[in-house]
Amino acid sequence: MNDQIIFEDVSKFYGEVLGVNRISLTIPPGITTLVGPNGSGKTTLMNLMTGLVQPSNGRISVLGHSPVNSPDLFRILGYCAQLDSFPRGINGWDFIFDSLMLHGMSEAEAVEMTAESLDRVELGNAARRKIAGYSKGMRQKVRLAQAIAHHPRVLVLDEPLNGLDPMARTESIALFQELGRQGMHLLISSHILDEVDRISDRVVLITGGYLVAEGSIREVRQEVREKPMQVLIRCDRPELLAARMFSVNHCVEARLHTDGRGVFLRTGDIDQFYSMLNGIAAEGLVKIESVAPADDDASAIYQYLIGSDGGA
Amino acid sequence: MMLDTMNTFLRNLAQQPWGLWWIQARRLIRIEIRRNLFSLKSGWVYFLAFIPTVVVFFHFAFESHRPSWIGDDTDVLASVIQLYYIRLGVFFGCLGIFSRLIRGEMIERSLHFYLLSPVPRELLLLCKFVAGSISAVLLFGSAVVADFALMYAGFGAAGRDYVFNGPGLGQLEAYLAVIVLACLGYGAIFLLLSMLFRNPMPAAMILLGWEAINPVLPSLLQKLSVASYLRHLMPVSVTAKGIFALLTVETEPVSAWAATLGLLLLIFAVLFYSCYRIRTLEIRYTSE
Repeated sequence: MNDQIIFEDVSKFYGEVLGVNRISLTIPPGITTLVGPNGSGKTTLMNLMTGLVQPSNGRISVLGHSPVNSPDLFRILGYCAQLDSFPRGINGWDFIFDSLMLHGMSEAEAVEMTAESLDRVELGNAARRKIAGYSKGMRQKVRLAQAIAHHPRVLVLDEPLNGLDPMARTESIALFQELGRQGMHLLISSHILDEVDRISDRVVLITGGYLVAEGSIREVRQEVREKPMQVLIRCDRPELLAARMFSVNHCVEARLHTDGRGVFLRTGDIDQFYSMLNGIAAEGLVKIESVAPADDDASAIYQYLIGSDGGA
Repeated sequence: MMLDTMNTFLRNLAQQPWGLWWIQARRLIRIEIRRNLFSLKSGWVYFLAFIPTVVVFFHFAFESHRPSWIGDDTDVLASVIQLYYIRLGVFFGCLGIFSRLIRGEMIERSLHFYLLSPVPRELLLLCKFVAGSISAVLLFGSAVVADFALMYAGFGAAGRDYVFNGPGLGQLEAYLAVIVLACLGYGAIFLLLSMLFRNPMPAAMILLGWEAINPVLPSLLQKLSVASYLRHLMPVSVTAKGIFALLTVETEPVSAWAATLGLLLLIFAVLFYSCYRIRTLEIRYTSE
């Protein structure tokens, strides 16, 4: 179990205010995204696993290490917090170089790794400028560079895409995916649900301090069976297909695709739906090109489980 | 049994990563000194340290110096050190330097970068304390040396004779020892206060009042004061009048080594408790 992050019945109260309550969670390597509205407990969860706050109850283990005052853990953990703040008067290079020196590296090693991390976020040219003069996107990048500079095995990123322009966002996502493929643990909180879909191996949905669901997006979606599922069927006669489906199945909604060559159908009984669809295809009245789930994404799950439109 | 326990303790001690801690400590101290001494925000500490030096310089440059006045100037210097540096300059300088080390970083929301580094929190705190002490001692120590040099430079040969053949150098050593101990003592207390209180200023004002009335308190309570220990180390006793008399009431005589040891014990106790506090410190910037 030493390659996993484990929360065992963890609660955190700030006085009488609930941070998170009775969270039990096991996070394997790969990219895990924390999704939830503001104040849902995402940052508390991240602060708990990095030891910045301590649990009121329960136990946390990060790759076998307790996060409380644990220098051994901090050698393998990088945390890019959401806070847009830095030590006063520092430039980008010193910010990363100093943090590497605190790992006990030699100056030569620290110089090499500082340059490498700044290059990874494409900030090499601005390294000697004061961070106070950086744009918001550059500050986000230098925080990310500092978090990955010492080659951690666990990377915790609190809203890492905030403030980044589309190009930088794409580059960052590519970097996260590369790190995830290397077997690193990435725990990311994000409210950009389209990007959650693209990068996550798993999602953890949290609201009001409570864990709502966890698992791969598809697994979580299948757990929400009481919600009608939406399927996009690309075919030559979508109106006819919709009419047939309404006559024989528990379809609750049908909507033509904007290009007129497909229909979104929402059904309360997905197994019966697929059975009927096979029958219609066999009859040969409608030529079906493709069938694909249209709402097993983070945004839909978020809407179903948390009940808003994803403005986390 | 006792021997076994001692052996285990020594073995554990030897297994600690002393080399790594030494590297981390040097870097932390360097970072802190850089910020304490070479930033715009530290300007007012320079002001506190060197404002008497400016006054003494004017005295040196524009006033006459007769050899028979050396005694008077020696008293003036002792007063400057006891009444200004110890009571005000070092006090408020250390308040600024040491309360910034932890609380200042919490206000600036940058402490988490250090807490997330692989440095034991106790080492982090002690390094910050050492860096703050070095900064304060450098500033106030050099100011006192400058005051001393300017005070006697105007006397020419008589001044040189007083310094090098008379009690001058001994007094300077004692003043520097007092300044070092004052920086360590007030530094440790303000570092702790800054962890206990979101705004350490009210507590510092209470401490200032406590230090002022300390000489008239029972001898047991006098031991809970930095200034009371320092008073016994001053090479020249200051007899003040009026309101300043409160600050210079004579108390039971204490030997220099006992005063030094007492103050060091006080500093050790305060630092020990500060280490305990930082182990359980939580970062919740929203409440800052």
